[in-house]
Amino acid sequence: MKLKSLMLMTGAAVAAAPMAFAQDMADSMTLVSWGGAYQNSQVKAYADPYKEMHPEVEIVWDESSNEAVAKLRAMNEAGNITWDLVDVVASDAIRLCDEGLAMEYDPDELLAEAPDGTSASDDFGDLIVSDCFIPQIVYSTTFGYRTDMVPEGVEPPSEICDVFDLETYPGKRALEKRPINNMEWALLCDGVAKEDVYDVLETEEGQAQALAKLDTIKDEVIWWSAGADTPQLLADGEVFMGSTYNGRLFSVIEEQDQPVAMMWDAQVFDLDGWIIPAGLPEDRLARVMDFVKFATDTQRLADQAKYISYGPARESSAPLVSTHADLGIEMAPHMPTDPNNATNTFLYNYEWWADYRDDLDAKFQAWLAQ
Amino acid sequence: MALIQPIKTPPLTTFTVPFVAALAGFFGLFVGIANGSGILGLLVGAVVGAVLAYALVSFVPDKRTGTLISLAIFAVVGLLLAGLSGLVGGAIIGFILGWFTYWLHSGKYRMGVPIYSTPREVLWHNSYKFICGLIFFFLIAPIITVMPLSFNAENFFTFTPGMLALDPEAYSLKHYRDFFGNPDWQQALRNSVQIAPAATLLSVTLGTLAAIGLSQPHVPFRRAIMAILISPMIVPLIISAAGMYFFYSRIGLQGTYVGVVLAHAALGIPFVIITVTATLVGFDDSLTRAAANMGANPVTTFFKVQMPLILPGVISGGLFAFITSFDEVVVVLFVGSAGQKTLPWQMFTGLREQISPTILAVATILVGISILLLTTVELLRRRSERLRGMSPG
Repeated sequence: MKLKSLMLMTGAAVAAAPMAFAQDMADSMTLVSWGGAYQNSQVKAYADPYKEMHPEVEIVWDESSNEAVAKLRAMNEAGNITWDLVDVVASDAIRLCDEGLAMEYDPDELLAEAPDGTSASDDFGDLIVSDCFIPQIVYSTTFGYRTDMVPEGVEPPSEICDVFDLETYPGKRALEKRPINNMEWALLCDGVAKEDVYDVLETEEGQAQALAKLDTIKDEVIWWSAGADTPQLLADGEVFMGSTYNGRLFSVIEEQDQPVAMMWDAQVFDLDGWIIPAGLPEDRLARVMDFVKFATDTQRLADQAKYISYGPARESSAPLVSTHADLGIEMAPHMPTDPNNATNTFLYNYEWWADYRDDLDAKFQAWLAQ
Repeated sequence: MALIQPIKTPPLTTFTVPFVAALAGFFGLFVGIANGSGILGLLVGAVVGAVLAYALVSFVPDKRTGTLISLAIFAVVGLLLAGLSGLVGGAIIGFILGWFTYWLHSGKYRMGVPIYSTPREVLWHNSYKFICGLIFFFLIAPIITVMPLSFNAENFFTFTPGMLALDPEAYSLKHYRDFFGNPDWQQALRNSVQIAPAATLLSVTLGTLAAIGLSQPHVPFRRAIMAILISPMIVPLIISAAGMYFFYSRIGLQGTYVGVVLAHAALGIPFVIITVTATLVGFDDSLTRAAANMGANPVTTFFKVQMPLILPGVISGGLFAFITSFDEVVVVLFVGSAGQKTLPWQMFTGLREQISPTILAVATILVGISILLLTTVELLRRRSERLRGMSPG
């Protein structure tokens, strides 16, 4: 009985919500993120301090960033936007912005200035790749390998092309089940110069060349689709080397103490950040804007790096990056942007992939099925 | 029938030895594959099996002693070759081979078949049992594997070398602690424990009433109504879920407890209807007429006469409805919002974003709960059969 009346009350409260909270800011927020260690870093660095300042606010987390685009479309169609702030990668943000599902914003109005007075648009700089995208971190997709599986008398792998060298480094590889990054790496190791990669990939022959290079290792590849797969495969000893996000590898190496090492060569930078769904009611929008201003300020972005090895998107945050919250190790050397790690990096071309993604996805899947 | 046939001892070298060798080769194949060469394992296994069978039958007539000797030999060899886990594995294989040898040699393998069966029939009978055992193993192995892994001391789904060597250090309860200490999991557990009983109550009430109504011969369009009520069981879940999502969004139920409870009730009702309809088949309508004859109104008749008799059906339907709601992930992903995150939802996201053995700990707990619930259903079913005189007490 008690349960039933409780639920009736909840139902009534939801129905009455638009009337009851007619004041400036809503008292609850649904934030969407990726789950795992990454979401944990956001809770610790942004949400917990914010709740300390505003104890009346209830923050609910939804681990749905993976299907954010599809779900936002459905919500828009149903006329019922239940999310307040969504964490997505830059390419998804661009798509959502083009479809009108994300809100455009003015960086200098919404976001806080740097402590020295630099405007937000200058502080974030080029990383604001779309009018809707509020950058948080720079991460990279790179390789890790099992140190105990390196054949005897051989130098451990250090270059991207070692992934394609089955003779010197026999064993399984884990690669992401999509063309992005894999095609570029394949061309780089097939003698194409870094600056020509996307020009070559535009042509049919170039695409065939990349797939032919991937063909040489296809039998030895385990394809992954979730960020947690490669760490699991590496910990199992199921693969010798595998690509994944650098923060996941950091966790495997430093937090879980597995015999794994990083291979930073030809790491591919990408961005992750917030978007605000279009069409939020005013009180919820006001609350979200207040939260975003706080959560993307210089100190908060630097704090996030205490929990995960992703680089803050603000230039002014970089000098403030300190040590890991539990392990006490310096975090700067584990950042993808650290000069020692970034000797050879690859820039992922958003615009190019926005144009060619559908076509290459289809080709890649067909190649996989062969 | 009373004639006791003397059990003939089958020939040793042409019967017992080859069969034991075949089984030992089968085990050897697995051990061999694990160590790099299946063929070699098969051959070594077959030879060892043949020697074992010959030696046991020729020199150790007593069954119990022989089995123990075989167990001890394999256990020691296993211990020397692969440590503590080899000891356990070896002991199991040794026991099976020893038992198998005596089972064949004593002629007990003919126990399950009539005395006049041809050798081919006997072989088929025993192979059939063996195949059934394999199928059972195939069905149950994934569930069994999960259980030891949930006591892993590492944060991965991996049988570590320490675990295989049965090192106590490699096992821990930390994933169970994480489940009971982590607010996300506790919130999910609370949501599941709130949603499932409410949905069950609703589906049991509505489903029982529907079943009773539909069992009345004078109701028009009975089959059509039944088909519609059962449809949530037949329509693919994802279709129901998407439909409910858009419908509930329009009427403001999406993302509320009430919405999730209603959606789960709709999924549970077919189970209740089916089980209650089945018990109503055995229900004697003259009992309700007798009650009416004695002055009871329909409500009293229902609670005093009909309900106690169909109660087993109602309860087992309710348990199915409960398990449906408790295990359901697709519909709740659509109809619920993050505030109504249930256990399966939490497991689903956990599996995708962070492969953590906490999921295995939860799975083990859920398997335990499911076994308890299904045992209850089975006991109730037996009771109902006994009450209706369908099986002897």
